Amino acid sequence: MAKTDSGLGGLKYDPSKRARPPELNVFFALVGIVVIFEVLGRLIYGDSFLFNTRDNVDTLFNNQRLQVIILQVSIVGIIALGVTQVIITGGIDLSSGSIVGATAMITMSFAQTWLVNGNPNPKAIFGEAWMDLPVIVPVVVGLSCGMIAGLINGALIAYTRIPPFIATLGMMVSARGLSKWWSNGNPISFPTEGYAAIGKGLNPVLIFVGLAILFYCIMNYTKYGKHCYAIGSNEDAARMSGINVKNHKILVYAIAGTLAAAAAIVVSSKNLTAQAGMGVMYELDAIAMAVIGGISLQGGRGSILGTVLGALIFGVIISGFTFLKLDAFYQEMVKGVIIVGAVVLDQWRQQSRARGK
Amino acid sequence: MSKIILETRSLTKHYGGVHALEDANFTLLDGEHVAVVGDNGAGKSTFVRQITGVEQRTAGQIFFDGAEVNHGGPLEARESGIETVFQTLALADDLDVPSNLYLGREIIKFNLGPFSILDRKAMKARTLEALQKTAVKIPNVDNPIRNMSGGQRQCVAIARAAAFASKLIIMDEPTAALGVQETAQVENIIRGLKERGVPLILVSHNLRQVFDLVDRIVVFRRGRIVASLRSDETDGNDIVSYITGVKGNADAAVA
Repeated sequence: MAKTDSGLGGLKYDPSKRARPPELNVFFALVGIVVIFEVLGRLIYGDSFLFNTRDNVDTLFNNQRLQVIILQVSIVGIIALGVTQVIITGGIDLSSGSIVGATAMITMSFAQTWLVNGNPNPKAIFGEAWMDLPVIVPVVVGLSCGMIAGLINGALIAYTRIPPFIATLGMMVSARGLSKWWSNGNPISFPTEGYAAIGKGLNPVLIFVGLAILFYCIMNYTKYGKHCYAIGSNEDAARMSGINVKNHKILVYAIAGTLAAAAAIVVSSKNLTAQAGMGVMYELDAIAMAVIGGISLQGGRGSILGTVLGALIFGVIISGFTFLKLDAFYQEMVKGVIIVGAVVLDQWRQQSRARGK
Repeated sequence: MSKIILETRSLTKHYGGVHALEDANFTLLDGEHVAVVGDNGAGKSTFVRQITGVEQRTAGQIFFDGAEVNHGGPLEARESGIETVFQTLALADDLDVPSNLYLGREIIKFNLGPFSILDRKAMKARTLEALQKTAVKIPNVDNPIRNMSGGQRQCVAIARAAAFASKLIIMDEPTAALGVQETAQVENIIRGLKERGVPLILVSHNLRQVFDLVDRIVVFRRGRIVASLRSDETDGNDIVSYITGVKGNADAAVA
């Protein structure tokens, strides 16, 4: 007999027939892709993708590979957390990659050390007084830059009512211009030890996972999260219900910009340098991660957990292609197919659910 | 029962050169259920939009609960106690029932500004309570309302209006898109409101429903109120005559 739970008005409700959460499908896709690489690896090279095959190491899994998988997606993953929130409200953010570039340049200027091997820093942007600042200074400056860029995005979208695509496209072009102008296109290098520590080793992973957990909780348990879904689902209803849609959008884009800045800090610290071309295509990779993770571009649907899984699928694909010794060109081609495939699958799933299965 | 809850004096709305609403004088007593009927474009919805603050009137006055009001938006109207069930439902499809009921007025467990922690348990408990009053059938309130039938969604919208014990409920064609059974369900909710003494303005095209439910019928024609009749002192033919203009001179408005 079906178990009744919170059925109203005498209707029986069977919890076991509840629709599978979409994140579960993404998880199955992740497992499926890992299995494909595992099988291909064993067939072609007689090597395992996931498990440890080296005699001198005593672990079940190939921990090194697992670390690389998550490390290489954690920086874009941080951006994807913000992009997810933007997409859930029914918007889009194309500017995050350029915000990474601009923020990395500005932040690194405040993170430089004066003496490099006893000589003055050859890449110094400011004078000696601005060198060797405590690490909090570049971090705060960087996060503020990202937040300001996001505030501009949000204010444009909320008050001029131009489509988010256009507003953030403008920011994408302008912020890239700013990052080139900042040092006439020259790279900025030699950060302080404190700054370099931010992106060392597995720190990017920890930052990504920490922020993912934080925003998972925010999206699920706070008013902010609820309003994101409400606005993406039915903006008029949200407005009629008394939600300040304009302010909320500004806040969402500001958070997305701040997260892009956080990614910029991590990537510039990890690479010990900032370049004007940093973050090119990051915005599209971040959107792809969200889309693969089941975030609907129509807004209102998806979750941070989905995006994290989408990011992992990304990482697995990149590592898998390297593992199979395939050219990077193939990676991009297949990435495109997977992005489109994920959306098609999501559409089918929506339609079949609407038909009542 | 005799206290006037809502009164409009010479309420007028022009859209450019179109006189959508002219000189509407309307009163609603506390606990009274009034239907607003009329042909398409007669000014019913325009009239409702002025009262709910969705639009700003061109001229005239609105008195609500003993004081003149000047609502800048639907939110202000709602805060003063006017709950509206809009024709377009105004529900968020991807949210579950409690989230929709409490949209914009969530119960907070811990106040952190925009990042305030929601009290989901309390919202769910009170939602179940509110829905039980309306006798609506919903298998699982935790499902997004996208998957629910039109009737269930309409009941959620009405339950939302009814749950917040407001001073006045306005429904704009609440059963326009519903089946027979679902219509009956909504009508039951409206009878429940009558018993609770909550005043109601019902915009409807369905005369059978109007006669069944309300105390008084107000007829709009070409932007003017042409008749205000007690439902037990009139009949369908009479109302139709007013709606089509056979009876009643638009210049001799009855309030």
